[in-house]
Amino acid sequence: MGIQTPNGFNLDNSGKRIVVDPVTRIEGHMRVEVNVDKDNVIRNAVSTGTMWRGIEVILKGRDPRDAWAFTERICGVCTGTHALTSVRAVENALDIKIPENANTIRNIMQLTLQVHDHVVHFYHLHALDWVDVVSALSADPKATSALAQSISSWPLSSPGYFKDLQTRLKKFVESGQLGPFKNGYWGHPAYKLPPEANLMAVAHYLEALDFQKDMVKIHTIYGGKNPHPNWLVGGVPCSINVDGVGAVGAINMERLNLVSSIIDRMVEFTEQVYLPDLQAIASFYKDWLYGGGLSSKSVMSYGDIPEHANDYTAASLKMPRGVILNGNLAEVLPIDLADPNQVQEFVTHSWYKYPDETKGLHPWDGVTEPNYVLGPKAKGTKTNIEALDEEAKYSWIKSPRWKGNAVEVGPLARYIIGYAQKKPEFKEPVDKLLTDLGVPVTALFSTLGRTAARALECQWAARQLRYFQDKLMASIKAGDTATANVDKWKPETWPKEVKGVGFTEAPRGALGHWIKIKDGKIDNYQAVVPTTWNGSPRDPKGGIGAFEASLLDTPMADPNQPLEIIRTLHSFDPCLACSTHVISEDGQEMAKVTVR
Amino acid sequence: MSADLETFYEVIRRQGITRRSFTKFCSLTAASLGLGAGAATEMAQALETKPRVPVIWMHGLECTCCSESFIRSAHPLVKDVILSMISLDYDDTIMAAAGHQAEAILQETREKYKGKYILAVEGNPPLNEGGMFCIDGGRPFVEKLKEMAEDAFAVIAWGACASWGCVQAAKPNPTQATPIDKVIKNKPIIKVPGCPPIAEVMTGVVTYVTTFGKLPELDRQGRPKMFYSQRIHDKCYRRPHFDAGQFVEEWDDEGAKKGHCLYKMGCKGPTTYNACSTVRWNGGVSFPIQSGHGCIGCSEEGFWDKGSFYDRLTGINVFGIEANADKVGATVAGVVAAGVAAHAAVTAVKRIVKKPENVG
Repeated sequence: MGIQTPNGFNLDNSGKRIVVDPVTRIEGHMRVEVNVDKDNVIRNAVSTGTMWRGIEVILKGRDPRDAWAFTERICGVCTGTHALTSVRAVENALDIKIPENANTIRNIMQLTLQVHDHVVHFYHLHALDWVDVVSALSADPKATSALAQSISSWPLSSPGYFKDLQTRLKKFVESGQLGPFKNGYWGHPAYKLPPEANLMAVAHYLEALDFQKDMVKIHTIYGGKNPHPNWLVGGVPCSINVDGVGAVGAINMERLNLVSSIIDRMVEFTEQVYLPDLQAIASFYKDWLYGGGLSSKSVMSYGDIPEHANDYTAASLKMPRGVILNGNLAEVLPIDLADPNQVQEFVTHSWYKYPDETKGLHPWDGVTEPNYVLGPKAKGTKTNIEALDEEAKYSWIKSPRWKGNAVEVGPLARYIIGYAQKKPEFKEPVDKLLTDLGVPVTALFSTLGRTAARALECQWAARQLRYFQDKLMASIKAGDTATANVDKWKPETWPKEVKGVGFTEAPRGALGHWIKIKDGKIDNYQAVVPTTWNGSPRDPKGGIGAFEASLLDTPMADPNQPLEIIRTLHSFDPCLACSTHVISEDGQEMAKVTVR
Repeated sequence: MSADLETFYEVIRRQGITRRSFTKFCSLTAASLGLGAGAATEMAQALETKPRVPVIWMHGLECTCCSESFIRSAHPLVKDVILSMISLDYDDTIMAAAGHQAEAILQETREKYKGKYILAVEGNPPLNEGGMFCIDGGRPFVEKLKEMAEDAFAVIAWGACASWGCVQAAKPNPTQATPIDKVIKNKPIIKVPGCPPIAEVMTGVVTYVTTFGKLPELDRQGRPKMFYSQRIHDKCYRRPHFDAGQFVEEWDDEGAKKGHCLYKMGCKGPTTYNACSTVRWNGGVSFPIQSGHGCIGCSEEGFWDKGSFYDRLTGINVFGIEANADKVGATVAGVVAAGVAAHAAVTAVKRIVKKPENVG
C-alpha cells in the first residue's frame, strides 16, 4: 500500500522486508530496514538509531566552563567540534569576546578535523563500498602504475610499488585470516572498478591510514592530544611565546614550523591523492546516480570558520550559511537559531515522551523523557527485535525540523548552498568536476555527489588551513600573542541567569548547542547534531528524513547482500553517538536487565 | 594455540620480510615497551611459534575515540598491526561486512577459535531499559558482550568507558552504563583507561599479549603496570616549576607563556596515573600540559564527578598543601607526594580488584 509523504516521497511497505543491523563502518550503532518490490527496488526505508547515552542531563548543575569536555565526548570521530560548539555557546551566553589569535587557532583546529575526518571517512569508512579488495589481486601492477601516473603526480606510483603491495595483499588473503575484510561483498555486481583502480585505491587506503595519524599532530600542538584535544572558554589554552626565556614551553617557532609542514602535506595529499582518486572512482560509477534523497529538495548549513573573532554573521563565515527549501535554488533563506519557531525537535516516532507529541520544541525548551515502546506491527520482542513498526515509535533519534521541514545537512548541503549563492570557491570546483565527468549538475543530487562534495570540501579546508596559519604568523609578527580573555573567567562576574547558542559545521553537517546558565551552573543543555537531522525518523506529518529518503528507488542486485544500502548510508558519514546523546530530564531508573 | 594457525613469523616471512628485519622489529618493539635486550629474544621466539591471534573488537556505549586513538599508533603502524600482527576479524567501525554477514563472524569465531581469541571492548553496556539503550543486531549489547566473553582467551577493556564507565556513567548515570568487569566475571580483564588511551599504549598492550601469550603485569585496579604505575606529575617536564613555586595564575599570563606549572589552574597531574608525560601523544609530539591546559585526569575512575576541571585538587587540601604550594619548595613537593600516595592507597583499598592470573 503506497503513501505519499508531505515532502514528496512515495513509500510502499508491502514488499519483502530486509534488515541490516548492525550497520558497520559508521560511528555508533544503527539499524536500517527496507522493503523491496518484486524487482528488488527499495520502496520503503526505516532508519533507526540504536543507542542512547544522555550527556545533556549529566551536564545539568555542572560548571559551564567544563561543558566542552563532556560534550566533546559525544563523539571521538569528529573530535573537537562539539567542544568548539560548546565554548561558543557559553561565550554567547556570557558575552565573552575571544582574541583574534584564539579565533584563528580554533579555525585551524576545526579545519584540521575537516581534512582528517573527510580523508578517514573516504578511505576507511566508505571506500570499500566502491572498491573491491579481492579484485585488486588480479590487477597488472604496470597498468596500475600507468593509471596512477595518468591522473596524478603523486610519487608513490611505480610498478614495483604496486607489485610489492599486491604481493603483501595476496599473501594476506591466502592466509585465510582476512581480518576486517572478512565476509565483505567481494565480487558483488555493484562493484564497477577495474582491478587496477581497485589496487590503486587499496594502496591509498593504506597510505591514508599512515598519514592521518600525522595530520592530527596539529591538534596535539594546539590542544595537547588527539583524539579529544583541550579547549578553553575565552580563548585557547596554548600560549604563544616565540622569544626569550620559557618560549620552549609554549607555542614557539619549532611548533609553528611543525604545524606548517603538516599543512603542506595535507594540501599535497588532498590534491594529489584524494581528489584524483575520487575523480577516477566517480568516472566508473557515473551511471549509478541513486541516493539523492532530500538533497535536491531541502538542505541546510549554519556556516562556520569565522574570518573575524566573535563575528558569527553570514558575512564573516567562510563556510556557506542558509537554508534551501523545495529545490528552490534561487532563494537561500536566513537562519536564526534563537528563534523558537525555526529549529524544533519532534518525538512522534522517537522513543521519547512529550506532553503534546504533535508539536515540536525549541532546544532551549527541550524535554527528553525516554519511552521505549514498540508499535503493534513490530515483530519479535522488546529485547529481540526482528522488525520495527515505523507507524509507531522506532528510534532513539529525535526528529529535528527547520520551520517544520526535514533538511539534509553535511558537505553536499554546504556545496549546494555555496553553489546557489554563486560563491566562486564552491561553484567553480563543482562545475569543473561535473564537466570533467561529463555529467549534468543534477548528478550532484546523489550518493556519489555527496561523496564528491566531501572530497572538494577537503581540498578547500586544506587550503584554508594554509590561509589561517599564515594569518596567525602575520599576527605574531605584528606583536599580537594574546590567546585568551580572562575578564569573565570567574563565575562571580556572571549574570544570575543567561542563555546562549553556539554552532559549527561539523564534518557531517550543522551542529548547534543551546545552553541556559543559572547561578553559575548549567540549567539546561541541548545539542542538535548533524546525524539527528539526517538520520531522523518521521515527523508528525509523515515527512521523512535524509537517510530514509536517500534509500528509496535504489535497485539492489541481491537483497541478501546490502552493498547498495550501506554505500548510500555511508555517503552521509553517519555518527550515531552524536545523534542519540539526548537524555532523560530526571534520569530515572528504568527496568533493569539481570546481570548474570 | 593449535598448530593449524599460522605463526606471526610465518606470516611476515611469506610477505617477503627478511629474518634480519624481523629481528630488528623485535628489538624495536621490546625497546618501545621499555623492556631489556633479553626480551627481544623472548619476543622473537614467541613470534616464531605463535599464530596471528584473532581479535574481536566490540563497541558498546562510547564515542569511538578509542578506535580513533588506536589508528594513530606510530610504532607499530596500525596497518602492520592489522595486516601482520593480529587478525582483526570483527570491528564494526572498520569492517567491510554489515548486518548478517557481520553477525556471522562472531559465531564463527566463537566456534573456530574457542578460548583463543582476544575480546577487545570499547564502550560499555547500559543495563537500564532491559539493556536496550544499546541495541546490536536487534538485541541488547550486554547479551552479545557476555556471549563473546564466554569463549575469549582474555579481555581488553579499552579506555575509560569499558574500564570505569566514563562520561555516560557520570552522575546521574541515566542509562546505568556499567564497566565491563561488572558483567564479565570469569575472564582476565586488562584495563587500559584514558579518554582515550594513548595510541602506542594501546598497541603496546595488544602486541605484548599477542607476542608473549600472557597478560602484562597488572596493578590492583587491573591496569598494566608498565604504563600506569606513575603519576603524570611524577614525570612532568614542568615539575621543576612546581617545586620552585612558579605557577600559571591565570590563562595566558606571563607564567603561561613561560611554561610554568598548571597546578593552580586545576591540573590533575598529581593524582592521575598515566603515561602522558613520558610516552606523550601522537608520536610523542606533546601532551595536554605541554600545550597549556591542565590534565583533566581522564584515566582515573570517576574523573567526571570530582569537581570542575579548573578546581585546584581538593584531595591535596586535606593534607594542608594548597596554602604551602603558593610558598615554594622541595619540601612541599615531598608532602604532596606523600599526601597523594596516602590518598591513592586509601582509594586502592576501597576497591576490591582481583588480580587476574596469567594465562597462556
